Amino acid sequence: MTATDISVLNSALERLNADESVLRLSETEAEARSGYQPTADDSEPERMIMNMGPQHPSTHGVLRLVLELEGETIRRSKPVIGYLHTGMEKTGENLTYLQGPTNVTRMDYVSPLFTELAFSMATEALLGIEVPERGQWIRMLMTEVNRISSHLLFLATNGMDLGAVGMMIYGWREREETLRFLEAVTGLRMNHNYIRPGGVAADLPGGWEDELTALIDVIPGRLEEFDLLMTGQPIWRGRLQGVGVITAEEAISLGTTGPILRSTGFAWDLRREQPYLYYDQMDFDVIVGTFGDCYDRYAIRLQEIRESIRIIRQIMERMPEGDYKVQDKKVTPPPRARIDESMEALIHHFKIYTEGYKVPEGEVYVAVESPRGELGCYMVSDGEGKPYRMHIREPSFVNLQTLPHLMKDSFLADTVAIISSVDPIMGGVDR
Amino acid sequence: MSVARLVDSVGPLAAAVGGDPLLSGEVDLTVVLIVLLKVLVIFVGILVGVILMVWFERKLISDMQNRIGPNRAGPFGLLQTVADGMKLIFKEDLIPEKSDRFVFALAPFLSLVPAFLTFAIVPLAGNFNDDLGGTVEILGHKTFMQLADPQVGILWFLVMSSIAIYGVMLAGWASGSKYPLLGSVRATAQMISYEAALGLSLATVLLLSGTLSTNGIVRAQSGWEWNIWMTGIVPFVIFVIAATAELNRPPFDLVEAEQELVGGFQTEYSSFRFAMFYLAEFLNTVTMSAIIVTLFFGGPAGPTFGLTNWVGVYVLPFVWFFAKMFVFLCMFVAFRATLPRFRYDQVMDLGWKVLIPLALAWFLVLAGVRVAADQGWNALAVIGAGCAGIMAGGGLLLLALKSSQAKRLAADSAAAERSALKQTGGVR
Repeated sequence: MTATDISVLNSALERLNADESVLRLSETEAEARSGYQPTADDSEPERMIMNMGPQHPSTHGVLRLVLELEGETIRRSKPVIGYLHTGMEKTGENLTYLQGPTNVTRMDYVSPLFTELAFSMATEALLGIEVPERGQWIRMLMTEVNRISSHLLFLATNGMDLGAVGMMIYGWREREETLRFLEAVTGLRMNHNYIRPGGVAADLPGGWEDELTALIDVIPGRLEEFDLLMTGQPIWRGRLQGVGVITAEEAISLGTTGPILRSTGFAWDLRREQPYLYYDQMDFDVIVGTFGDCYDRYAIRLQEIRESIRIIRQIMERMPEGDYKVQDKKVTPPPRARIDESMEALIHHFKIYTEGYKVPEGEVYVAVESPRGELGCYMVSDGEGKPYRMHIREPSFVNLQTLPHLMKDSFLADTVAIISSVDPIMGGVDR
Repeated sequence: MSVARLVDSVGPLAAAVGGDPLLSGEVDLTVVLIVLLKVLVIFVGILVGVILMVWFERKLISDMQNRIGPNRAGPFGLLQTVADGMKLIFKEDLIPEKSDRFVFALAPFLSLVPAFLTFAIVPLAGNFNDDLGGTVEILGHKTFMQLADPQVGILWFLVMSSIAIYGVMLAGWASGSKYPLLGSVRATAQMISYEAALGLSLATVLLLSGTLSTNGIVRAQSGWEWNIWMTGIVPFVIFVIAATAELNRPPFDLVEAEQELVGGFQTEYSSFRFAMFYLAEFLNTVTMSAIIVTLFFGGPAGPTFGLTNWVGVYVLPFVWFFAKMFVFLCMFVAFRATLPRFRYDQVMDLGWKVLIPLALAWFLVLAGVRVAADQGWNALAVIGAGCAGIMAGGGLLLLALKSSQAKRLAADSAAAERSALKQTGGVR
């Protein structure tokens, strides 16, 4: 039997339900539970309900957890989300497809290019246009750099959450260097609005190879330092190994993807399973763990940085010349200089920036592998210039529901290790 | 020696203040003035020292972490601590509604005062090289360069660090809030456990020195017979680990673990009360470094190049003392900059299953070696027998651990199931 058999998944779900790690209540059941108090019975150890967040140093933004503690042991927990909800999906329905990326890039602000990519790919699928080769390669390059910066942020916060405060600064330092490259290309450190339907916003600047080579030459050495500082460190291992264990079928039945699913030994990476862009031509390894614990998730992310560097080297070798965005005048705004010369260009410019281009009726789901897992964009078009419905499947949001299961019967000190290893970005969770 | 006999033999005053020749004679105005002068110098000195220590720690950590650190207030940011202190004093002094007001107000003092008092027994200078025994002459009176040298000596240090636990414990308890409560529960268990390891590793030093008096301990180490190698390094390592835990400094800072408990026992404290905890923490760091130097590194002992004037008596010994202390201050800072934090149960495991048995075993072997030297037995045979005994004891301990673990797994079927699941890679 494999982990994906439906009977195995069902039994996993039953187990999660029995553990109260997943609660599905009807309204009457919920009513009966309202005003719940932990046991005051003398026969059982006394329990205490503690609130963690939304203002707490290590809940990664505004995550709130309600913990039921027995001493320092967590018996039950409940994540509460929504403190950062700004209705971005609804906002997306009022923005043209050209404006869309500015909106979605603010969801997962640590890996913004992936959300832009998913949005753009969904739009292109509806439009039925093919992005020029160079545009696709640039997209691949930039998202891999972004993956590195996102994983570096994870390493930084994971170190800090476990008390290794130095690690936070080191991770941040390296991330800053990758952000510098992103800034050189896109003009912004975050919220790039770089990948747009039809291609990318701008070509790679002159000298990008040197800058990128300098970056990917320096990072492997720094990763060795991280290994020295953390990977082999006995306290570090003691804090992470065997903490927050999840099995493959539990992870699948909770819809988990990304490093959490791979840490269970289940090799699921969309770059390999459903190749998009040119990942089918890339030579890289999908990193998997064995035990599904926090340590595996840490090691996977560390190792994925090395794999990303491998991919980047291959991309740099094979980067073709040519257009970086599609030469379809109905989709791509004309260059500024053309507007002075051509009436057509002026009209196109005006139309695209006011009412946007019309996208044929239909619906589509496109998924990419973000640093946190499957990031999908579900788009419905009614033939107008704005999406009828735009939904982003955020891996942070889906992964977050593993928390009650991972935390069950662990220590209070483990909560921070576990939250950190799930690596939720609250901007993406709440949207 | 019982207390009564001690008092009988040397008189009540000397029993309390110990072997300081200053107080063995007649107590006149000069003597009182000398004592007051010492109090003033040590109090002011340590206060300034702590202010510099806070600055130094922040600066050193900044260097280790690619940052600049405090550099605004005063030259090189030296006055940053003063500025922080001023800010804290002028802040509103909040006392939570649900707190026990009296205990809440008392706790910072319980933390700060012992930190000051411990420093009284540390010999800061004085020439230990010849027969002077660390005495210096001030205004025609012979005296030690330490505030007091009680017969109970190093026990004073243990007593004070035990009282400081009350400060932390009561602070969390009286706050009437959940995070501080958890912090204080952790603090109590951790500090009491490590007190045991601290005491046991300290016992080896006392065994060699044959005295509790800090002056006597330093004197016993003169001529490079420092306790670190005389006791065989292991007690020193245990002492440093236990001292770090006692200080609640990283990697043992679970009491105030910011990432878990926000601020631990001091979450609800603000204004000057918070400043007192903060001060006590750094004061304890300085004091603990001084105690380590006194116990294991011969205190102010070091080459004085035959000088017997004020340079050889005051300056050089103090320089040696400070240099040794500085190494440990740097060590504590480096711990903080690099190490991840232990978990509560791991701290307890380390304390009870490793440090305490090891310290006890080492103490017994060392005692055996001493007896062997007295009786003229073969030292190697004694060490061999001792090691065999330790291994047997360690084996028994390990066996007990394994069996209790197996019993616990059998009792808790859910945990057993989970560990079985882990071995099959997640598929049943």
